[in-house]
Amino acid sequence: MSASEQVVPRGHILRYTLRERLTHWVAALSYIYLLLTGLAFWSPWCFWIAAFLGGGQVSRMLHPWAGLIFAGAVIYMYGMWAPQMRHTDVDRAWWKAVRYYSTNQDDKMPPAGRYNAGQKFLFWGFFWSALLLLLSGVVLWFPEYISWNLRYLRYLAVLIHPAAALFTIGLFMIHLYMGLFAERGAFGSVIRGDVSAAFVKRYHPGWYKEVTGRPASPRK
Amino acid sequence: MSQETLRIQKISGHAGSVPGEGTQREFTVCKLIDTTTCIGCKACEVACMEWNDLPFGETVFDNTYQTMPETRWNYWNLILFNEHEREDGTLMWLMRKNQCMHCAEPGCLAACPADGAIVQYTNGIVDFQQANCIGCGYCITGCPFDIPKMNPKTNRVFKCTLCTDRVSEGLEPACIKSCPTGCLHFGSKDDMKDLAEKRAKQLRDHSNFPKAGVYDPQGVGGTGVIYVLHDATQPEIYGGLPANPHVPWSVKLWKGPLKWLGNVAMVGGLIGLFVHYLRFGPKDGEDEDINPGGAKP
Repeated sequence: MSASEQVVPRGHILRYTLRERLTHWVAALSYIYLLLTGLAFWSPWCFWIAAFLGGGQVSRMLHPWAGLIFAGAVIYMYGMWAPQMRHTDVDRAWWKAVRYYSTNQDDKMPPAGRYNAGQKFLFWGFFWSALLLLLSGVVLWFPEYISWNLRYLRYLAVLIHPAAALFTIGLFMIHLYMGLFAERGAFGSVIRGDVSAAFVKRYHPGWYKEVTGRPASPRK
Repeated sequence: MSQETLRIQKISGHAGSVPGEGTQREFTVCKLIDTTTCIGCKACEVACMEWNDLPFGETVFDNTYQTMPETRWNYWNLILFNEHEREDGTLMWLMRKNQCMHCAEPGCLAACPADGAIVQYTNGIVDFQQANCIGCGYCITGCPFDIPKMNPKTNRVFKCTLCTDRVSEGLEPACIKSCPTGCLHFGSKDDMKDLAEKRAKQLRDHSNFPKAGVYDPQGVGGTGVIYVLHDATQPEIYGGLPANPHVPWSVKLWKGPLKWLGNVAMVGGLIGLFVHYLRFGPKDGEDEDINPGGAKP
């Protein structure tokens, strides 16, 4: 898509295409199901979630299938976004200044592109975790077919699966926090696709320049 | 069911207290298998299938007398036949009745996430409650003896119950009842341990088996099924009986430190984000213009 097509009416900028938004929601909804049923298997204190979602047997039956959908969506995201997620010098500077980001002093941040370094970390974290979850998940799907001689695969899987899942839960909590609460306008962007020019100027000044051809003027 | 629950001392995947926790019982039950007097007649295999109404499955012939390579979801009791060459070059035929060992600290129960799918009664019997089983197969991973087996049609796991229905009525398990040589015994753990030690001593002193001994592995807290072996220093020769069985370290790590750390991290993360929002609020502060869906123009 050329830069000019990304400028939509009312001076807004198209941040996510329909394809990107759909992929996001396939991944998001399957992840939420996996999270809830996974928590039910994780702790007896959360087992009621399985009852709520149709019972332990149903949860056990559907969890792997939802896992395949999630892994498929994440791999599709890789094809869609991986080139934009490369680590750059700006990202290195961004991590050095992350304390300003976390205390809402965004004017002190280096000019992020379409994705800032934190978002890139989220992407790669989810990508590698999804691969680990997929591999260990296949083992956990069919434990009875893993022969006694290969039991170490099962021993590995029962550790890797929850460890990788916990890591994604950490990423997921921060992702929700940023998207729903911290950056107003971010949630709308993944529903309707567009954000205001001011949003892009503030959070993705590098990308603003790319899309509009104009430098993002300093804040205020 | 109702009175049964009072006799439960451990429940898998259970939040909160256990009905029979801390109840006192004079003794736990135990099955003694004397491999030195087993003749491999398989009466116990037949009795197990008959009493437990297990459907007949195809046997597998592999040039031994063994009925099939390993136990199945509907074949809980299997005599393993092993030809063993002794140090002096003579041949010995080892026959071991294999089934659930009814561990005092069961790995299957530790690994199980389904509330009440695996229970341990106060008499020591470890029993699967298929109605509560969700078919995840974690018990298969938790077991150091390769005992729980999945029924692929129903996705429920099955194993020897130590005939808990018979035992609760004061009867001995079906396999014990059927044994023609008296190599199987059933009673309290203390009595069986005593009997086993006496038999092992007899083997050492009078039958030229200086390494004879009792198999009651402490890595799983002792078992509700104990063996007398001709050579207790090499349990592996009896069809792979593990010398020092224990719940796999990865299962312990997963259900111990990882669970603890994970829970602290998740709850801590939620609290941290909430406090962060209270302290710093949303990023855009008073700038309304950056919210495209906002009420103000």
